[in-house]
Amino acid sequence: MEYFLQLLLGGLTRGSIYALIALGYTMVYGIIELINFAHGEIYMIGAFTALIMSSVLTLYGFNEVSIIVLSSLIALIYSSAYGFTVEKIAYKPLRGAPRLSPLISAIGMSIFLQNYVLLAQTSDFLPFPTLIPEFNFMKNYEHVFGSTELVIVVTTVLVMILLTILIKFTKIGRAMRATAQDKKMAMLVGINVNKIISVTFIIGSVMAAIGGILIASHIGQINFYIGFIAGIKAFTAAVLGGIGSIPGAVLGGFVLGWTESFATGYVSSDYEDVFAFALLVLILIFRPEGILGKSSSQKV
Amino acid sequence: MKCMMNTSLLTCILMVVMTVTLSCTKPESQPLKVGVAGPHSGDLASYGLPSVKAAELVINETNDKGGILGRRIELLIEDDVCKPELATNTATKLVSQSVHIVLGHICSGATKAALGIYKDSNVPVISPSATNPDLTQSGDYPNFFRTIASDDAQAKLEVDFALDVLKLKKIAVLHDKGDYGKGLAEFVKGFIENSGRAELVLYEGITPGAVDYSAVVQKINLSGADAVIFGGYHPEASKIVMLMRKKKMDTIFISDDGVKDITFIKIAGEYAEGVYATGPKDVSMNPLAVKANEAHKKTYGSDPGAFFLNAYAAAQALLNAIEKSGSTDYAKVTHALRTEYVETPLGKIRFDDKGDAIGVGFSMFQVKHGRYVEIN
Repeated sequence: MEYFLQLLLGGLTRGSIYALIALGYTMVYGIIELINFAHGEIYMIGAFTALIMSSVLTLYGFNEVSIIVLSSLIALIYSSAYGFTVEKIAYKPLRGAPRLSPLISAIGMSIFLQNYVLLAQTSDFLPFPTLIPEFNFMKNYEHVFGSTELVIVVTTVLVMILLTILIKFTKIGRAMRATAQDKKMAMLVGINVNKIISVTFIIGSVMAAIGGILIASHIGQINFYIGFIAGIKAFTAAVLGGIGSIPGAVLGGFVLGWTESFATGYVSSDYEDVFAFALLVLILIFRPEGILGKSSSQKV
Repeated sequence: MKCMMNTSLLTCILMVVMTVTLSCTKPESQPLKVGVAGPHSGDLASYGLPSVKAAELVINETNDKGGILGRRIELLIEDDVCKPELATNTATKLVSQSVHIVLGHICSGATKAALGIYKDSNVPVISPSATNPDLTQSGDYPNFFRTIASDDAQAKLEVDFALDVLKLKKIAVLHDKGDYGKGLAEFVKGFIENSGRAELVLYEGITPGAVDYSAVVQKINLSGADAVIFGGYHPEASKIVMLMRKKKMDTIFISDDGVKDITFIKIAGEYAEGVYATGPKDVSMNPLAVKANEAHKKTYGSDPGAFFLNAYAAAQALLNAIEKSGSTDYAKVTHALRTEYVETPLGKIRFDDKGDAIGVGFSMFQVKHGRYVEIN
């Protein structure tokens, strides 16, 4: 029973990691129907910024809490600047172009950013500090569920709830939904579509950066390539849950995380990916729009 | 006979030829023929040429001292381009020139193809670089020796260490599904099963680069393994070790030279303490290695290439065997290779019954106070 619980919670953590990144994919897709392949790279840049900032702040002798808060904050701002710029440079000029063009542009951007970090930083793995302290009340459960894992799961759920509120109940959320449904019509009723798209990219990048920081401090190391692998899995999670749907991305992440965790635990880790992608195929056969995906007029 | 630097090469060669021809009148001073075979042209020439240079250095030095058993040594250099089909031609050619002993070949495939021909003609062969385990372990080629550790040497060392030194009973084996990691893990699995002294409780491949390995770590925990032997590289190793320690598991972690890297310690930090990893023996401090490298630099004006020290050791070993056995007789020479120790840049070596060099290859290291320390 304890073993089952360990796998369940392990899968939950893994799923939350996927979900945090998947949220960015799904939002961008919801608004402009573009698979933003550079999203994984924004996640990687977020982690790198946090690493650099926390090293600098440690050098200046800041205390633990201010290091976490400040370095995360700077990482979030820096990544959203990247997200914003990527959209302006690589996607905006192609808005009227056939759908394949921005897709290729996105792949190009992804490769560019990877190589940029490779050259500007290093190709080697770098140790990432454990930013999240070990909570005292978790001491007795560390062998099943660590403090970092708890923070990851809680953050994911919180972010999902906040996003849902943002989209359902705020003015900007309404504008986003309108843009998603019909860009031309939204423009006609006075919505600044370009601004809304930029905001979407900024929100997506913020979430990628949050994911980057949490995951890096969970696994304790980063390099320029982490965004690619995490991005592929997160994209799978987004498709699984129904791309364009916010709760769908989180559910997709959880389902994928659990599948992998239980496949490893009860079968063999050799077949981890086999089970994960077999599930994806099965779900897409019976529900092509994903678990929570709805008809296209209800995206975002 | 001294060839001044400004004397033309042709004159030099002519003088050598004349000396050799003249000395042919006395049968006991016939030159001793050492063949050097390997890729000396083509894509893989950079693996073969350093061995030629090593042989030249060792043999010129010996000739300068008056040769061996009163005989001069002659090098027969043949190119096999690392291709098995050409290696048989190379071997035939060397045998037809009645070569006494061969240094080579370089690639495992070419070596295997050539070995049968040498065996039929009773020619001992020492390779500085052919690492395929079967070459020695199959027992098919009693004329074959090598001064490099075979591909499964690390696996053997890991298992021996786990069973003999740590006396473990339950072992989990993990790998990263890659050529290197999985190949190693398969050898480890085989050695554990053949030993019959420990139980293989888990054998699995993990996905490299995954964001989380908690499921497989919990599985190790459930299996009750005393130790994990991991085949792969340091990024996955550090993730698994850190996760195990965070989950309060004190399972011993043993791995290979993909993990014996300073980056592993930098990343895993305090969690790295106590981890075992095999790695190539450090010979850079060996005075003979320093001397050999300097001689190469002086003669050829550059740093030596791949397998240079292995080839240097092989050349020394074969000359030593001929000297100690006092003849070029096949049985006596191979016996001397197996029994007589020789000081080489790789340390003091001799060969075991199968032909692998004893004292060459890998050592076990352990992380202590943030560094890898060799365990003796």
